[in-house]
Amino acid sequence: MTSWLDATLVLLILTSLWLLGSSRLQACIRAVAFQGLLVGLIPLLSKWPEISLRLGGVAVLSMAIKAIVLPAMLRRAVREANVLNEVQPLIGFTTSLLLGIALWGLAMHIAGRLPVQTLNVSAILVPVAIFTVLCGLLLIVSRNTAVMQVIGYLGLENGIYVFGWAFAIEEPLLVEMGVLLDVFVAVFVMGITMHHLSREFDTIETDELSSLKD
Amino acid sequence: MWLFVAGLIVFFGGGVVSLLMRMSPRLASMVGCVAAVTGSLLALGSAAHVLFTGQAAHVTMAWQIPFGSLALGIDSLSAIFVVPIAVIVAVAAIYGGQYLPSSYRSSVIGPSWFFFNLLAATMLLVVVARNGLLFLLCWEGMSLASFFLVLTDHERERTQRAAWIYLAAMHLGTACLLVLFLLLGRSSGDLDFERFTCEPGSAGILFLLAVVGFGTKAGFIPVHVWLPEAHPAAPSHVSAVMSGVMIKTGIYGLLRILTFLGDVPSWSGWTLVVVGVLSGILGVLFALAQHDLKKLLAYHSVENIGIIVIGLGVGLLGLAHRIPPMAVLGFAGAMLHVLNHALFKSLLFLGAGAVQHGTGTRDIDRLGGLLKKMPVTGTTFLVGACAISGLPPLNGFVSELLIYLGVLTGVADSSRVAEVGWALLCVLVVGGLALIGGLAAACFTKAFGCAFLGEPRSEDAERGHEVGAAMRASMVVLAGACFLVALTGPIWPYVYGSAVVAVAPASFHGEVQAAIEQSRFPLMVVCVSSWAFLAMVGLLAMVRRALLSGRQVDRVPTWDCGYAAPTPRMQYTASSFASPILLLFRMFFRPRIGQHLPTGLFPKQASFESETPDVFREYLFEPVFSAVAWTALRLRWLQHGRLQLYVLYIALTILVLFIWKLG
Repeated sequence: MTSWLDATLVLLILTSLWLLGSSRLQACIRAVAFQGLLVGLIPLLSKWPEISLRLGGVAVLSMAIKAIVLPAMLRRAVREANVLNEVQPLIGFTTSLLLGIALWGLAMHIAGRLPVQTLNVSAILVPVAIFTVLCGLLLIVSRNTAVMQVIGYLGLENGIYVFGWAFAIEEPLLVEMGVLLDVFVAVFVMGITMHHLSREFDTIETDELSSLKD
Repeated sequence: MWLFVAGLIVFFGGGVVSLLMRMSPRLASMVGCVAAVTGSLLALGSAAHVLFTGQAAHVTMAWQIPFGSLALGIDSLSAIFVVPIAVIVAVAAIYGGQYLPSSYRSSVIGPSWFFFNLLAATMLLVVVARNGLLFLLCWEGMSLASFFLVLTDHERERTQRAAWIYLAAMHLGTACLLVLFLLLGRSSGDLDFERFTCEPGSAGILFLLAVVGFGTKAGFIPVHVWLPEAHPAAPSHVSAVMSGVMIKTGIYGLLRILTFLGDVPSWSGWTLVVVGVLSGILGVLFALAQHDLKKLLAYHSVENIGIIVIGLGVGLLGLAHRIPPMAVLGFAGAMLHVLNHALFKSLLFLGAGAVQHGTGTRDIDRLGGLLKKMPVTGTTFLVGACAISGLPPLNGFVSELLIYLGVLTGVADSSRVAEVGWALLCVLVVGGLALIGGLAAACFTKAFGCAFLGEPRSEDAERGHEVGAAMRASMVVLAGACFLVALTGPIWPYVYGSAVVAVAPASFHGEVQAAIEQSRFPLMVVCVSSWAFLAMVGLLAMVRRALLSGRQVDRVPTWDCGYAAPTPRMQYTASSFASPILLLFRMFFRPRIGQHLPTGLFPKQASFESETPDVFREYLFEPVFSAVAWTALRLRWLQHGRLQLYVLYIALTILVLFIWKLG
């Protein structure tokens, strides 16, 4: 199963780069949904074939939320706020991609020096987790619209999920469920913010928020 | 103990239900009030059980929080604080049930009852918590609940300012407490009170942290600045609870910490005595200078906390110098004054609320002649005023007498009678207490005389009317309790004896009982003469009635020496009444006096007004906080309002930490 797992991890890297390089909102939502699906597969693949009912249930549930529910909510928010289908980047797509590659190097560097025992299923499990987190952060920092920030946040959360799995903490899924709840709330809050932003400023660019400071 | 836990559940449940009942404020008010009264009675029941049987009760429940454990326990020290809290909360709730709906908008009623019940429950939890983390959580909950209660009238700018000052003061205090608990738990690695130990040599610093941390809540000078702001801003029944019992949790905290410290150095007793005398005298002087009835009462809280702290200081000196009667009388006096101050200060705040409700103003200079229009409020206010001035046959006298006795027995102790320090202590405590009592009497002569006697000074006062039955009943109950404590004087040292034992080191316990016996005789004298005094007053009243029966009694205006056109403006105002004493003490505080003296033979215009801002706020805290604000403004460029850059700050910090740590 290791080869399948490695293939999934490589796909995960590619979707992160896809997120960084894509200029269309709909494409980004698709990418993050796909990323959610891949992330949900990782526990199943690394434990194959001894899959308990609980593990399977939680994996399926998290895939359903990450790949179906949250993207659907995002699509709806985009539709209702009448957003242009364009990602407005603060730094260009090419630069983002180059930064992404630099981040991959950084992730490898950090992962190599982490003084912790990890689950010995794949050599690139931890670097991929860190890379996904960093890409999520990069998206949040470098994109202008609230939707893209939610997407970045989802990416970040996917990374944390993989990370938690890599360490096989006693109850990683419990922690994960807590984080997922945070994301859920965050999507709600962002949805409300977007709604108000588009009503007040006719745009969902968070830059406009700075005009609110006193 | 389970009775107590049931009481807590009733508080929380009732609070949440009244919060949810947005549709019907009347029902919400009723639920909140009934829950508060029921919860208080349950808590009172369990505290009474502990006091009468002398057996402490404990309960520990599982709690999944690091360093935390849900350990509750009522020993006699907790019980004597639970009693005033439960009594005052119940009475204030009955008062508030009528006062709140008639004075505030209906949208604040539900939330206000929620926070009232929350405040009551957290106060009770604070005095029974047996774990540092639980204590701090409840302590914060108490501060926050009362913060929101102060904000009940949240649309007025003064209220908002008062609430912010309060919140800032509470957090500064809690910061000290956090350090204190961490230091106490350091050696055992655990925050349970049972395992708190005081490392040798650290008693002094722990004591100072406790004085600052708990003193901020209790209102020691100079960290009292939140009191005169927050108490007037809150609804009156909340002020009664905050001033009557919430600030006493600070005294409880200090006493509880003393039980961990073991042998305390002698200077700690001196510190408390000096802080107490300062708080007492300055508190009453500031009170004398106020024209707002509730602000005046708030400064009197500072004064009475000062008296309590003097008692604690005397008790500590007794412990440090091994003079058991002095320690017992000092601590017992302080603890009894906690109860007494709760009774009469709540009574006075409820009276001030009734005045505001009846006339629409709290400005003493706009009141007058209310005793005729509000006889019950006026009479009970007079009882409270006498009690707070320490006059017999009321309760304030009994507790102050115990403190006097404590210091006098200590000073008369044969082995030390010649020491200079001891004479100084005597002068400081006896002189200080006497001065405080005298000034308090002057202050309440001013407050009662200007508000309730004479003629109405404004249309508001003319329109004044008596308040509803529930509000009157709660004031009458508290006034009755003030008499009751005084008339049963000799039993109190016995009630407080076991709490004193808790504070005193183990080697002392045998001698405590003897010391309590010693205090019985003077208290008996006071008690008997109080009964005699009351009997005489009753007799005279009956004689007067018998003489007047069958005659016609007329009511006419006060005789004005034949002057043809008297007006209410010819009366003393609060400013002019207090002015001689204010001028005498003007070096301590800087009253702003605006006067326009009459000149010539037929002067037309003349005026006098005085305003006294808090010296410590103006000259100590405002410069410090302005400096902090100035520094913060220099860092303003970091706050640009761009979401992305904020996230970038966080991300970069994490990355730098990662790279630095993993290299």
